[in-house]
Amino acid sequence: MTLPRSLILGTFLSVLFLGAALLSFVWTPYDIQTLSIPSRLQTPSLTHWLGTDQLGRDILSMIMMGARTSIAVALLAVGIGMGLGVPLGLLAAARRGSLLDELIMRGNDLIFAFPSLVIAILITAVFGASAMNAIVAIGIFNIPVFARLTRGAALSLWSRDFILAARVSGKSATRISVEHILPNIANLMIVQGTIQFSLGILAEAALSYIGLGAQPPTASWGRMLADAQTLASIAPHVALMPGLAIVFMVLGLNLMGDGLRDLLDPRLQVART
Amino acid sequence: MIRYTIGRLTSLCLSLLVASMVIFAVVEVVPGDPAAYMLGVNARPDTVAALRTELGLDVSKPERYLAWTTGMLSGDFGQSYTYRTPVSQMILDRVWVSVPLALFALTLTILIAFPAGIYAASRRGRAGDMTVMGATQFGVAVPNFWFAMILVLIFAIKLRWFSAGGFPGWENGLFTGLKALLLPAIALALPQAAILARVMRSSLLDMLNEDFIRTARAKGLNRRQALWRHAVRNALIPVLTIIGLQFSFLLAGGIVIEQVFFLPGLGRLIFQAISSRDLIVVESVVMLLVFLVIVVNFAVDLAYALVDPRLRTRS
Repeated sequence: MTLPRSLILGTFLSVLFLGAALLSFVWTPYDIQTLSIPSRLQTPSLTHWLGTDQLGRDILSMIMMGARTSIAVALLAVGIGMGLGVPLGLLAAARRGSLLDELIMRGNDLIFAFPSLVIAILITAVFGASAMNAIVAIGIFNIPVFARLTRGAALSLWSRDFILAARVSGKSATRISVEHILPNIANLMIVQGTIQFSLGILAEAALSYIGLGAQPPTASWGRMLADAQTLASIAPHVALMPGLAIVFMVLGLNLMGDGLRDLLDPRLQVART
Repeated sequence: MIRYTIGRLTSLCLSLLVASMVIFAVVEVVPGDPAAYMLGVNARPDTVAALRTELGLDVSKPERYLAWTTGMLSGDFGQSYTYRTPVSQMILDRVWVSVPLALFALTLTILIAFPAGIYAASRRGRAGDMTVMGATQFGVAVPNFWFAMILVLIFAIKLRWFSAGGFPGWENGLFTGLKALLLPAIALALPQAAILARVMRSSLLDMLNEDFIRTARAKGLNRRQALWRHAVRNALIPVLTIIGLQFSFLLAGGIVIEQVFFLPGLGRLIFQAISSRDLIVVESVVMLLVFLVIVVNFAVDLAYALVDPRLRTRS
């Protein structure tokens, strides 16, 4: 079996950023807390590979630290979405057609009416801006995505023979959901998780850019872009580098998601062989 | 169709009702008294009490919710705590920037995505398809606000074809207004166009495998004729749903893009309101955005049922 090219490229890009984020815990080329006004707005060079910003901070080091924030926010938001959405979807499928199913699905519809940015605005208006509130806002938006997907996939499984066999053997709906349905939809969740992860990176950047996400001194790609906005004409690299970091991180995750789907979907495997 | 419409309409009203409750409940969690906040720490208690009465804050929360919702039904969103002007007027002044921006972006999205998606599907597996798909992968990954900054850098600062921000108002002519919204609309449209082009392509490819296309080909139509006469129309059904969803993304995404271009739309209004704790403005603008999203989804449901009669009977 050959691995899809998109999976290889996507995994490479994703691991690159994940590695940079992990490395930033122990090492960055320069300390981003140290300001160096004499070396401000330097273009990329051998000393500063991606140049310096308006306060003389090394952009590569800031991107490494920013990767940490982006990945943490997006990962936790996916965790909230999966942690609440998957059980809700399983429950709705197990009680198909019941009042509970209807309530869960209408609740999902309601959340869908609030784009994640609007949820973030509401939360910020009440509790103030922070990375934690960004996680909650993006996470809430992820819940119906996973709930709908889980319900749809689980419903198609509930009519299968092996589930019927499990029911005949006396297993409860909860046990069937956990022991039989969940393992069979895990692949689907992994693929969707990758997609939501990449959307989370974009959402975190947007929220930080408008000041509703991570707050200084926490490094964030969105905040770097907000700071760079007025400098773009005199030092374009300050705006270019964090933007490219977002593009390549999201591109990597999307390619990885596409590749995983190709790899994990048996129908596509048959088509390839 | 009438039964279907009534069913959807009931669902729409219920969604709006619950959404208004959620928004009101969330905003009401905020600790502190807006009147005391407005008058500062040195305000006399009787002055604060008078302002509370003037703003309608001296009644119970259920009464305030009722006053807010019934007011909204008649177009009265209450009075801004900060500016002491009607919120409805503030929204009305801004909505003429935000909604045209979202519609402009949606039009551009469709104008880019449809030809790209159809072109890619008609050249499946060939260089043209690969190029379009590669470009859409990048398009999906680009943050719209960053793309907006790049557009400003190239077209406003370097080439000086457009202004870097601001909105001159529609009273200066349609062309001037559209010109001011062009760069923001392109920035908003690009990522959505990339998504829509991919949906259009995959929907068309699904259609091209259907029996009715085989029948059309058997009747003598070539691939291109079968694609244009039969596949495209049928492929539009799932595409329509995505377009409905995209409108809400464009509307919400506009909040961010307005920041890049300093556009006086709902986004800037809501940020000003957040910073000055003008909560009535925050809850009213959020309610309006949610209202627009729900109504557009309702319209898409109806359009969907019109195009696909099976949906009406299923309901």
